[in-house]
Amino acid sequence: MTTKNNQNYNKEYIEYVKKIAPKTNEARSLFHAFLVGGFICLIGQFIRYLFLYTFGLFGDELAGATSMALIFIGCVLTGFGVYDNIGHFAGGGSIVPITGFANSVCSPAMEFKSEGFVYGLASKMFVVAGPIIVYGVSASVLTGLIYYFIGIFTA
Amino acid sequence: MAKSTVFFKNKPRICSTFTIAGPKEGNSLFGKYIHEILKDDRFDEDTFEKAECKMLSYCIEQTIKSANKKQTDINALISGDLLNQIISASFAARNFDFPYIGVYNACSTFSEALSLSAVLVDGGYMKNVVAATGSHFATAERQYRYPLELGSTRPPQSQWTVTGAGGALITDKGSYPKIISATFGKVVDFGITDANNMGAAMAPACCDTLLTLLKETDTSPKDYDLILTGDLGALGSRLMKKLAKERGVNIDNHCDCGEMIYNLKEEEYQGGSGAGCSAVVFSSYIYKKLMKKEIKRMILLATGALLSSLSSQQGESIPGISHAVVVEA
Amino acid sequence: MWEIIFMYIKAFFVGGAICMIAQILINVTKLTSGRILVIFMLAGLILQAFGVYEYLIDFAGAGATVPISGFGYLLAQGAISGAKNGLFGAITGGLKSASAGITAAIVFSLIVALISRPKSKVH
Repeated sequence: MTTKNNQNYNKEYIEYVKKIAPKTNEARSLFHAFLVGGFICLIGQFIRYLFLYTFGLFGDELAGATSMALIFIGCVLTGFGVYDNIGHFAGGGSIVPITGFANSVCSPAMEFKSEGFVYGLASKMFVVAGPIIVYGVSASVLTGLIYYFIGIFTA
Repeated sequence: MAKSTVFFKNKPRICSTFTIAGPKEGNSLFGKYIHEILKDDRFDEDTFEKAECKMLSYCIEQTIKSANKKQTDINALISGDLLNQIISASFAARNFDFPYIGVYNACSTFSEALSLSAVLVDGGYMKNVVAATGSHFATAERQYRYPLELGSTRPPQSQWTVTGAGGALITDKGSYPKIISATFGKVVDFGITDANNMGAAMAPACCDTLLTLLKETDTSPKDYDLILTGDLGALGSRLMKKLAKERGVNIDNHCDCGEMIYNLKEEEYQGGSGAGCSAVVFSSYIYKKLMKKEIKRMILLATGALLSSLSSQQGESIPGISHAVVVEA
Repeated sequence: MWEIIFMYIKAFFVGGAICMIAQILINVTKLTSGRILVIFMLAGLILQAFGVYEYLIDFAGAGATVPISGFGYLLAQGAISGAKNGLFGAITGGLKSASAGITAAIVFSLIVALISRPKSKVH
């Protein structure tokens, strides 16, 4: 016995299934993604101006506060059970904005609360979004190190 | 070649059925045939797992009650569901004071349970056996896919797990629909790896069991009023019929429980799936048709995709299985 | 005034375009949301590592910072400016500048998860 038991695989069948499998409505899904994604960025821009002109924030603080506000909105919409419906309509349009990141942290936390506050809610919180932090932080360290050594050699 | 069909000499009867389903199933065209519709699919419990268990337990209770039998008359319960370690069925069984035989064959569990019950009754070992299976959308979703509130998109080839449970009481005599034979299926794997496309993964197994049944019982599809598959969905049904045609069998009296249970709009994608799907459709609408003798002879072919969330993450292909029972009015 | 309106338009179109690229990826490759997020975050990070993404932010504002690629930009930007202060800064700079987002996500998610519970879907 081989570990991968593939002698019975039927290539012809797999190809046929690929051929007749239904496709997503390309144009409509792209339009929805564009519309919703753009709209979320529009709100982001509004919040940015709000913080800039009314609270006088700028630079890193402005960027941080804006994303915090958007994450708050994403979490609240997830809590009310609205975000999955937005996602159903918008697809990539609501996954990619930072609100989608908030949704991917918040939804497993809610979902696994039934398995307890430590091993459920808290430990499953990053079940979807964990990879973003793992690879993001690792890649940023790599970037930092490269810039550091370039700095040494060019100095 | 050894035969995989069991012919029943005493023809066990299905003397009563009961079905219960969630609000989504209730709102579809099929909803009016289901015995009881839940307003809320939490069923007043605090988790969906508990709701699934309660649904199954309630369904078993009502199946026995609607046959005018007492719990002490029941020899055994054969039950299964989709959750890990079939907890819904096992936990439902602790509410009853009779033996429990837990079975799992993914979405084909219902016909498996029905066949095994018929074997036990036909052999004269037992008089009354309950076969019941159930599934719940929310519990299947979190086990096999994503959290409910995650705004992810469902690909168009996916199916929707039925929230519902169906039970049937198999007994030795009476003027009820009879189980004539049961054909146990082989595991067939053509190498489909897309966990969203379960119809395509199950179609080869379904076709294999169907052709075996026709060969071993020496019948053709025309001898049956209805060939009812479990949850192949629209795409899977199309694939199954094509595979059968390639091997020289034309099927034109075919229906699929997954296609029937929802109003097939784009929203439900390819149709329903889950252990509860064939149980709910067969035990409600089809059973009533059998009782009225509007269907005289039919094949029930529940189909199952034997994957787990681990196996699909490890890139394994999805083996399919299908068990068939022939029922006569 | 016109500048602000023009900025809104740019944010809408650039943000929408980034999301549309994500949707194309989903349609063509059937990628799931977790993978999409990682790919876009890394894309933003790599673009900024080559010093490109900040021009997009100057151009489109929130249209470039709100998508998850903006999070990647922050990580890269933090690491690059940290590297100027030495080795320690190079290592910690990335997470430091992304800390606002991660902290908000954790705290708000915790609060929301404590209050509410998931609802079943109908579509």
